[in-house]
Amino acid sequence: MRALGALLVRDVRLAARAGGSAVLALAFFAAVVTLVPFGIGSDAKLLARVAGGVLWVAAVLANLLALDRLFQADYEDGSLDLLALSPLSFEGITVAKMTAHWLTTGLPLTILSPVLALLLNLPATAYTALIVSLLIGTPAVSAIGSVAAALTLSIRRGGLLFPLLVLPLLTPVVIFGAGAVLARLDGVENGAIWLLAAFSVAAVLLAPFVGAAALRLNLSE
Amino acid sequence: MFGYANPKRFMELSGRLLPWLGATTAILFAAGLYLSFTAPPDYRQGDTVRIMFIHVPAAWVAMMGYGFMALASLIGLVNRHPLADVAAKQAAPLGALFTALALITGSLWGRPMWGTYWQWDGRLTSFLLLLFLYLGYIALWNAIENEVRAAKAAAILALVGVVNLPIIEFSVQWWTTLHQGESIFRRGGPTISAVFLWPLFIMAAAYTLLFFTLLLVRMRTEILERRMRALALAANA
Repeated sequence: MRALGALLVRDVRLAARAGGSAVLALAFFAAVVTLVPFGIGSDAKLLARVAGGVLWVAAVLANLLALDRLFQADYEDGSLDLLALSPLSFEGITVAKMTAHWLTTGLPLTILSPVLALLLNLPATAYTALIVSLLIGTPAVSAIGSVAAALTLSIRRGGLLFPLLVLPLLTPVVIFGAGAVLARLDGVENGAIWLLAAFSVAAVLLAPFVGAAALRLNLSE
Repeated sequence: MFGYANPKRFMELSGRLLPWLGATTAILFAAGLYLSFTAPPDYRQGDTVRIMFIHVPAAWVAMMGYGFMALASLIGLVNRHPLADVAAKQAAPLGALFTALALITGSLWGRPMWGTYWQWDGRLTSFLLLLFLYLGYIALWNAIENEVRAAKAAAILALVGVVNLPIIEFSVQWWTTLHQGESIFRRGGPTISAVFLWPLFIMAAAYTLLFFTLLLVRMRTEILERRMRALALAANA
């Protein structure tokens, strides 16, 4: 437990400090959202309608930025071998990495999202749905992403391959997440948030085991 | 079953089986295509109904291919059998091909029937995602140099995909009902009559056999390639 905590704290620190991924992901998130009105026009009604979907897509993309290197840096400098020798199990390593990623990407993105939603003219009624859906959904992004990161850790140009592997698997998150915001806009109850929660719980529970299997195969010779 | 999984015995058996399999596939295709073209035109779809005979079986085989790939991946992962890895690896490009074929013929059918090449309909969208899953699997295989590692990593990806596929399918269906206002197009209509059912089934059998014939050819090529590499290594040493 102490080892897990130590790894978690280390990873959070690495991401939070200068040159770390946390701030970059946030900046990317903001930049993508800012680009959207330039692409589709500044019509306030249209922006309000698409705000939930745009924020969700941008959030998923921003998550991918830091994900593909989740294990790679440690693999290249040998820390991952040392971690494998430590009392931590591979499952534990995956849990620590994925939690650290969520704390430094998913959570800050969720906190920033209302500000960007304001820019996109999202109606006040949908803010809770947006924040809650991001809070529930982003752990699933971190979980599925960490599995793919563990699978691709030995590939030098894995960053190019990574989105192709992850994005199809993440469609349910985007559909349910954006669907929850849209449902609130239309004032209907469609259960999207519960489906999102179910998907997220399953992803977070299963990911450590699959991620551990992927780490094991990459570290065995 | 695993007795035949020895590469040497596999090569012998598949070598003997292949001509028969190929001939049966050709005969089924001839019969299926003949029936497809002699079937009367549908009273609503007209001659475009014939696209269905090459479209629907392609979609079936595309899905079966993913199931086969996942099953072979599971066997490869659990029993550590290299032949299962070869089967999974070689099934992927075929599956991707049939998926692409289903998408293309579907959009060619959609143009006259729905008035559009593409519709964000549940089945179309989930097939597009299936194509991406296939492509990701192939890309992962190609990206990892070490063959054993590549096989295991790809197998894990295939299994994650097969667990996720029903969820993706469900979410996309859910999403299209959410956007119900836009999807005025409905498939189907009246139940299919026997004149259309026969060519459909024969074409389905032909497509399935084609998949396995090509799979065997590809697996044999892969095994021969591996032998060649091993021989080259031995000659250099």
